[in-house]
Amino acid sequence: MGIQTPNGFNLDNSGKRIVVDPLTRIEGHLRVEVNVDSNNVIRNAVSTGTMWRGIETILRNRDPRDAWAFTERICGVCTGTHALTSVRAVENALGISIPENANSIRNIMQLCLQVHDHLVHFYHLHALDWVDVVSALKADPKATSALAQSISDWPLSSPGYFKDLQIRLTKFVESGQLGPFKNAYWGHAAYKLPPEANLMAVAHYLEALDFQKEIVKVHTIYGGKNPHPNWLVGGVPCAINVDGTGAVGAINMERLNLVSSIIDRCIEFTEQVYLPDVAAIGSFYKDWLYGGGLSGKSVMAYGDIPENANDYSAKNLKLPRGVILNGNLKEVLPIDHADPEQIQEFVTHSWYKYPDETKGLHPWDGITEPNYQLGPNAKGTKTDIKELDEGGKYSWIKAPRWRGNAVEVGPLARYIVGYAQGKPEFKEPTEKFLKDLNLPVTALFSTLGRTAARALECQWAARQMRYFQDKLVARIKAGDSSTANVEKWKPESWPKEAKGFGFTEAPRGALAHWIKIKDTKIDNYQCVVPTTWNGSPRDPKGNIGAFEASLMDTPMADPEKPLEILRTIHSFDPCLACSTHVMSPDGQELATVKVR
Amino acid sequence: MSEAGQDRILVLGIGNILWADEGFGVRVVEEFHRRYAVPDNVTILDGGTQGLYLVNYVEDADALIVFDAIDYGLAPGELKLVRDDEVPRFTGAKKMSLHQTGFQEVLSAADLLGRYPKRLALIGCQPLDLEDWGGPLTEPVRAQIEPAIRLACELLVQWGAPPVPRTEPLAPAERLLANDIDHLNYEMRARSA
Repeated sequence: MGIQTPNGFNLDNSGKRIVVDPLTRIEGHLRVEVNVDSNNVIRNAVSTGTMWRGIETILRNRDPRDAWAFTERICGVCTGTHALTSVRAVENALGISIPENANSIRNIMQLCLQVHDHLVHFYHLHALDWVDVVSALKADPKATSALAQSISDWPLSSPGYFKDLQIRLTKFVESGQLGPFKNAYWGHAAYKLPPEANLMAVAHYLEALDFQKEIVKVHTIYGGKNPHPNWLVGGVPCAINVDGTGAVGAINMERLNLVSSIIDRCIEFTEQVYLPDVAAIGSFYKDWLYGGGLSGKSVMAYGDIPENANDYSAKNLKLPRGVILNGNLKEVLPIDHADPEQIQEFVTHSWYKYPDETKGLHPWDGITEPNYQLGPNAKGTKTDIKELDEGGKYSWIKAPRWRGNAVEVGPLARYIVGYAQGKPEFKEPTEKFLKDLNLPVTALFSTLGRTAARALECQWAARQMRYFQDKLVARIKAGDSSTANVEKWKPESWPKEAKGFGFTEAPRGALAHWIKIKDTKIDNYQCVVPTTWNGSPRDPKGNIGAFEASLMDTPMADPEKPLEILRTIHSFDPCLACSTHVMSPDGQELATVKVR
Repeated sequence: MSEAGQDRILVLGIGNILWADEGFGVRVVEEFHRRYAVPDNVTILDGGTQGLYLVNYVEDADALIVFDAIDYGLAPGELKLVRDDEVPRFTGAKKMSLHQTGFQEVLSAADLLGRYPKRLALIGCQPLDLEDWGGPLTEPVRAQIEPAIRLACELLVQWGAPPVPRTEPLAPAERLLANDIDHLNYEMRARSA
């Protein structure tokens, strides 16, 4: 019954099957099935993407200069990051270089997204997996104030502040209108925070909701709008005119100063609220170190945030780049996106068709042809699946592999690679965070570690925004207002055929696009997104993906209330998401929960 | 800029235009804006499917009008106005809108932030078809755009901010939904598809 996977997990699907599936209409494209043993420990995990994306099909025969606008719409949350990846792919294919100012502005946009996404992810999509809102009603506001003041200098921390919130919250809960807080497992045994920590976290949930609207203004200034700001092959579509005498709507000193003040507030909020909260919450969960999955074995980061424009080599990238295999932190392996033997996608267990499915395809040669069929042991029908058969095809997500290895991507992967490379800006904050909690470095390989790495990275990103904003302003003051290179804008200047790739570190992990251009049109386009890596199904050799691996061996307090599954899957910040319904083994709907 | 002492009013349409009648709210607010100019204290917003982050607009409003497709269990195309305290009570009782989790969360979050609108009117229409991916509004629902706008106009008059019919047609660049996804263009394609 047990199967040993090549990547070191023992799967046993003989126990009770639990299905966690999104059924809502607007969002919700991830389904997880697990088998638990008689002690309710997860012994088999199956992750499936239930939505067909199809952007690659839409892009064929379009103008490569427009591709960013389509790919950006893959997601409304990690907005902009696909566009950045796309313009880099086209620039790589056509040999287009961008001005330094464009590089700085792109970095600020990308870092701003990291800060926004990490903050929103933690408070609005993940915190309630750790924080019991209803327990906050029992908190003593004075003790909450003392707790808040013991961990941070953040000014909103008086007993009266917490008392007022508690009164509003009590009224709210008593009215039965839980709003954003409904659909959770309040009172679940897996919640460990004292009422005061819960009340403090609820306060910060609301403060983050209020603050996040400020962060996105950076995108509206440099990109014209948010979500889905504007981008440009060859630079950025924003003119700089500090004298304010030229074009209306250009970036002037007033706009630059507004960005600067928002950056200050991002740093302040991250350092005085977000990081202290994660540390405080972590201190109550340091015995719950499940969920590591692949992180202690194989992780990958492409790197991002070029110091200088047009140089995407590891040494010029401020976010770490490289692959770690089999837990060997002593060796960080180099990545080549153009090498057909390195990054390949498999579809043996995915709802796509290849001429030969025993082999993977490099994205330049990628095929996105749907083939929806269930395995012989699936239960239910194609329109109403009760139980998937992981022995057959079972996901709309392909299985990308690096030299045949399943890897985890995301903030934790970036921090592990940076740690292994001995980069102090990643190593030191990580060590400090763990030391303050009295935890060994290996504790990083966990759900908690994933959540902590995201918070540490948010601080790093906020400070890097400051760095690139200062760099931009200094260059502008020195007289350089160039933001775009249009030398090769006209298709007549392009070769008859070209191919390229672009990569970024999206908030949720390594992201790359591959493009082939023929006769000035897109001939083939493939996106391999972070959640494809993390949420991937099994490959022909039987390696399980990062989501699947992370759930293995986790004990559940109550399989009918799978808080532990949600907590771990949420810690990846999956881009698939939203409302998920929880089904019991007999298919009856139990409850609705939020999954992201 | 609103004058001192004047209530800030938000007129919001929510929904997904890709899902047939689910696009009702957005189409109403699009048409309302095309036909009427409003005083400076009134904001017109296509909220689309933005969800929780609409709270940043709702919290700034003293009074709120929302257009949406809502499942009241009525006959398709029936219009219903729900006001003030009835709104959260109603949404809590029964699943009323497809993205109701979204908007009920918005109202709840505004409440928790201590910035719930003083006045609230939900103008909802019972949908007929929500399954027609990429399809147009159905006839009974489309027929309610006009009455929904009339209701909103009456409310705005009561709230001291009467809308004024535009004398000049709205410039294309000023439309709420531009670039070919306005109601007329979108539905011509949806029907011919």
